[in-house]
Amino acid sequence: MRISFFLFSIIMLQVSCWAQFNDVVIKTPNGFSTTNVAWDFGRVRHIVVNSNGDLYMKLEKLYNGKGIVRLRDLNKDGKMDDTLRFGNYVGTGIAIKNGYLYASSNSEVFRYKLDAQQNIVDTENPEKIITGLVDKRQHASKSITLDEAGNIYVNIGGPSNVCQEQDRQKGSKGMMPCPLLETAGGIWQFKADKLNQSYAEGIRYATGIRNCVGLDWNKEVNELFITVHGRDMLYQDYPTLYDQKRGAELPSETMYMVKKGDDCGWPYVHWDHIQHKKILNPEYGGDGNKTGVENAISPLMGFPGHMAPNALLIYTGNQFPEKYKNGAFIAFHGSWNRAPENQEGFYVVFVPMKNGKPTGNWEVFADGFSGMEKVTNLSSAKHRPCGLAQGPDGAIYVSDDVKGHVWKIQYNQ
Amino acid sequence: MRKIVVSIVLLLGFIMMVQSQTIDIKTKSSISRGKIVYEKYCLTCHQADGGGVPRMNPPIIQTTYVSGSKERLIGIVLKGLNQPIEVNGDEYENPMASHAYLSDLQIADVLTFVRNSFGNKYPAVLPSEVKVVRAKK
Ligand code: HEC
Repeated sequence: MRISFFLFSIIMLQVSCWAQFNDVVIKTPNGFSTTNVAWDFGRVRHIVVNSNGDLYMKLEKLYNGKGIVRLRDLNKDGKMDDTLRFGNYVGTGIAIKNGYLYASSNSEVFRYKLDAQQNIVDTENPEKIITGLVDKRQHASKSITLDEAGNIYVNIGGPSNVCQEQDRQKGSKGMMPCPLLETAGGIWQFKADKLNQSYAEGIRYATGIRNCVGLDWNKEVNELFITVHGRDMLYQDYPTLYDQKRGAELPSETMYMVKKGDDCGWPYVHWDHIQHKKILNPEYGGDGNKTGVENAISPLMGFPGHMAPNALLIYTGNQFPEKYKNGAFIAFHGSWNRAPENQEGFYVVFVPMKNGKPTGNWEVFADGFSGMEKVTNLSSAKHRPCGLAQGPDGAIYVSDDVKGHVWKIQYNQ
Repeated sequence: MRKIVVSIVLLLGFIMMVQSQTIDIKTKSSISRGKIVYEKYCLTCHQADGGGVPRMNPPIIQTTYVSGSKERLIGIVLKGLNQPIEVNGDEYENPMASHAYLSDLQIADVLTFVRNSFGNKYPAVLPSEVKVVRAKK
């Protein structure tokens, strides 16, 4: 009797653990499978996987005073069984390049040397390579990526919705020219190995970018690719120009290839994927149809509004079928500015590409993170995709900053 | 004599009941007007369930700002807010714009609605109270 009760409790415990770790079912195309490799690590933003399989997660809220977590599979049984915590700052960006781990706070970038065994030489004393970047709370997260020529690229989001005289104030005009663009609203390039660089040592690589949270270096064409969050409140602030549906659908979220010196047009214009045009923002005299900033570049692709593309990964692995090679995976965090319409996003999208150009339309690759059919209230979404990484075996990883789960997606033929 | 006392007590009780009923009805209609104001001016950011948007817009469910001083609460709607505040242990990065273009009645209604929705249960905010805070600035 006792024993059966004991067994019963163990089974129940396992069932509840199973339910806890598999609280949502992730749907992927045929031939792919998904496993949960990390759970309940808190606000996990971007992630990176090292050549030996170590998974690094950057946290946006400290846990026991630490903001970076490394998970390692010591006995190579496919399960992460060792946890190392370090770094006393919150932030979003994390990357590995040429024997260093790079991580960002909301105003600085640090790097940690890795030894031959891929251990961090000194977790307590990283080199501070970039400092003094704009952090005015809004769009403060600094995403990072590195190229093949010793440079690091940092997103400095514009601390504003559309550079109004009074931010987010209905009816307030846009400032002309927008002064925020001097130190924000773009991607800055720095040297990957020089200490204490700030604006004076960096280059404003590309401008007119409201808030790029996803960025990756495309090795096939050797250029920078970014995904950008479009402006909010077209319907709420200009109901006569944008009805509820149009304000939910517009402006587009976007993916660009940016070259040195490029301008993407924020805050003066937004991309409209329905008209396929750069439309002047109403704060700058736009009427919903007038175009503007003719010298600004156009995106490679526009997506429905407000879905928040938080991570970009150009796939270079060999595990997935041929169609995925050099294509873009994008993690959409999920919208809030579509209310009172249902929210959208909460999935990972794939865009097929060759030579840095889309060869087809975008498609949902991994779905089900929110755990609901329709999300009406954002706070009830169980998980929100936020980071992407590629493992040495060619599998991809997806992180979530609600609960702090990480999923690994593999192709099994 | 006894009869008179009893009937006075009953009458008083009846008057009090009617009074509390009328207060309730007043609050009730303020709440239903406030719901419309909320849907038009607040819902996008604070969402239909008052749960807000993680990292960006705070929840307005049993927060110290919603339950606490009416003057501070009215001030947030009138002047907006753009400073790091902690709401239930988290910080939120977006600014809230001023809603001073709403009338005293609209602000009283929306705050009465907020203070009696999403699991909140706090006394109503009156237009006269909004008027006083507006005059102070
Ligand atoms: C543009 C988005 C936006 C709109 C519209 C908005 N708020 Fe806010 N609200 C915020 C943000 C962001 C904060 C926190 C600001 C800060 O931390 O400095 C906030 C703070 C608050 C707070 C205090 C903090 C808390 O969570 O208790 C209350 C109460 C509040 N808002 C109520 C309202 C009401 C009522 C309306 C409609 C009249 C409204 N808000 C409209 C974004 C918004």
